[in-house]
Amino acid sequence: MGMSGSITHDIVHGPPRPPVEGGWGGGGGGGGSDGRGRGAFRRASFTGLYVLLAASTMLFAAFTSAMVVRRGLSDDWVSMPKPPILLVNTAILLASSLALELARRALKSGGRARFNGWWTAGTALGMLFLAGQALAWNQLNAAGVFISTNPSSSFFYVLSVSHAVHLLGGVSALSYVAVQAWRLSLGPGKRTAIDISAIFWHFLDGLWLYLMVLFYVWG
Amino acid sequence: MSAPTHSAHHAPQGFIRKYVFSLDHKVIGIQYYFLGLFSVFLGMSLSLLMRFHMVNPEAKVAWFAKLWPTAAAGGMMTPELYLSLMTMHGTIMVFFVLTTVPQSGFGNYFLPLQIGAEDMAFPVLNMLSFWTTFIALVVMVSAFFVQGGAPLAGWTAYPPLSGVGRITGPGEGMGQTLWIASIAIFCGASLMGAINFIATTVDLRCKGMRLMRMPLTCWTWLVTAILALLGFAVLLAAGLLLILDRTVGTSFFIPGSLMISDQIITNHKGGSPLLWQHLFWFFGHPEVYIAILPGMGVTSHLLATFARKPVFGYKAMVYAILSIGFLGFLVWGHHMFMSGMNPYSAMAFSVLTMAIGVPSAIKTFNWIGTLWGGKIHFDTAMMFSLGFVSLFVTGGLSGIFLGQPALDLYFHDTYFVVGHFHMIMGVAAIFGMFAGTFYWFPKMFGKMMNETLGKIHFYATFIGVYCIFAPMHFVGMAGNPRRYSDFTNVEYLAGLMPVHKFMTQAAYFTAAVQILFLINLFWSLWKGPKAPMNPWNSTSLEWTIPSPPPFDNFGGVHPVVNHGPYEFSVPGAPTDFIMQTDPPSVSSED
Repeated sequence: MGMSGSITHDIVHGPPRPPVEGGWGGGGGGGGSDGRGRGAFRRASFTGLYVLLAASTMLFAAFTSAMVVRRGLSDDWVSMPKPPILLVNTAILLASSLALELARRALKSGGRARFNGWWTAGTALGMLFLAGQALAWNQLNAAGVFISTNPSSSFFYVLSVSHAVHLLGGVSALSYVAVQAWRLSLGPGKRTAIDISAIFWHFLDGLWLYLMVLFYVWG
Repeated sequence: MSAPTHSAHHAPQGFIRKYVFSLDHKVIGIQYYFLGLFSVFLGMSLSLLMRFHMVNPEAKVAWFAKLWPTAAAGGMMTPELYLSLMTMHGTIMVFFVLTTVPQSGFGNYFLPLQIGAEDMAFPVLNMLSFWTTFIALVVMVSAFFVQGGAPLAGWTAYPPLSGVGRITGPGEGMGQTLWIASIAIFCGASLMGAINFIATTVDLRCKGMRLMRMPLTCWTWLVTAILALLGFAVLLAAGLLLILDRTVGTSFFIPGSLMISDQIITNHKGGSPLLWQHLFWFFGHPEVYIAILPGMGVTSHLLATFARKPVFGYKAMVYAILSIGFLGFLVWGHHMFMSGMNPYSAMAFSVLTMAIGVPSAIKTFNWIGTLWGGKIHFDTAMMFSLGFVSLFVTGGLSGIFLGQPALDLYFHDTYFVVGHFHMIMGVAAIFGMFAGTFYWFPKMFGKMMNETLGKIHFYATFIGVYCIFAPMHFVGMAGNPRRYSDFTNVEYLAGLMPVHKFMTQAAYFTAAVQILFLINLFWSLWKGPKAPMNPWNSTSLEWTIPSPPPFDNFGGVHPVVNHGPYEFSVPGAPTDFIMQTDPPSVSSED
């Protein structure tokens, strides 16, 4: 409807050139000189990542500010019991970040097999963390602590589930890289996907540490 | 390995890939534009129904009863129906028109072209962002058709009204839940869009396109994207909390001991409605700039082009855009002077609000400076840009009054505020869109629009909107409250009814002349004369390529920029404009 005019031209001027990558994370691209090709895509991917992290930070900052205000304003705040498994989960998440870093180091020194091993381990630990979180929510439910039980538990569920949703995205990215790695299709062009997903993961790791402090100090 | 497995710039094959799930930023821009066009006519129709009801509250209209068998039983609109029209009018206009068209529509189409890129940085994300917006619109409009109808809580959705469900009104059941869901989806779409805009501007500028050589449109799209990024993330958080209050019985925003419709609400306690207001307006104020900044960019760009003069104080304009963006995050409290906030906080918010007047005035004076002594070409696009300046100044001046806590206590719940925000955020931004349409239509569709029809449309609209919204300031000062569906039986407002009738007739007139615009748009699409490459003798990069541009924008040639964006009437130059891609020797550089 009415958009016919704009995209029907198939004219190509000038000499053929390597195509520029489109899409998210990864995939090789042709090189180009002035701000195009793989270099530009890699830079843009990093910018996009940091911008995404800024948005996530704002989301959790808003939740935090709501929590601080809600806690300060009311007399119905009862600190909720924290399931001890959270500490185990925290250790698992830290270990997964560590494994990803070891994987990146292995790749730098050319150890493709070691990279695959460490990266897969990191991914598996990430999934284990999610399973551990599910267990924590189950334990809370069994103890009768639901989302609407108390503002303290409301914020615990909101924050931990929002974090887990982010983590689901992270695990998908890590799994994508892991599958590519095992299928031996992890060329230099995938470096961006590796770096982006690892940095995103470390961010979620740091975010979780922050949330733990929040839960134990103010929750 | 390095062989690309996918590329944004294979020529798209087939109808679906070309026009529906397209990865081409130009197609996506046009999709956003038409989504906004549909929304603006929907939103306008709702406002006409509201204006009709205000002056004919007891009229029985047969098709009202057909459309709303319960809410307008017998053809007479209930106050609840009026409130739901108001809510949906505000929501659709703010989110799906003001946020969508200037940024996602024109920005998507022209940001890559103006900075010499082949596409946005993440084309798949771009497509997802549009279709997510589309889903948000479908969900929003579906609120009309569920049991109880559309929500009543206004575009600001203040709890407890928006939080406790059906008991507070017919639309507060499913309708309100859909509203919040739609807004949350919209937040997701806007975040995706913002990521794309920022990454594209930062990393995909062509050779020579330094930041300080970007057209001011690109600057406003960049700053708008930053505002959207930070603002919509917070609105998303607030929306999630509100939907939890409604659906699973948490008490983030709902206080205890509420008595609604003779019932005591027992399943909530301790929440704070003010918390919602803070979170909402932390987004809501930057949202105002999300709506208006791209219009400012288009206006700056067009005033220079059609006055054949460089933008007066380009750098000052850039810094003004940046400071408006920054200050925009520090003034949300001025929407809450009535909330009983500490007077010292109110004073701080008031001072910061006044501070925004400084960059805004810099922009206005620079626009006037740009026009001063120029050889002005009064094309329709230029007329709408001049109209933008007029509306921006008018709306801005009433803002100075509202920024004073003492005055706002009086004005806040009156038509003064309705007049103010419609002037500055509503019609000013819409004039920016009209200006953009008339200016860029030749590039987008390869056809020229009709200038005569365009000018008639401009004058009629310009007079029309002033007739609708200027009197609102006066009825507001006279104490006419807003958000009421009917004041015909209020004694102290009886004298204002003729003014209301006048505003309603002005609204009918203004809405009717928009048909001229539609005719012009679609007739020109079909039968308009063929557009040349650069009909306005503009300087920016989109005018160096055919109209409409090929699917890969620059046809494989990487543009190299040697000039600033506004080198008009440079002494010694062969023409009165120097394209950004002209060789450096044409002038003495920017």
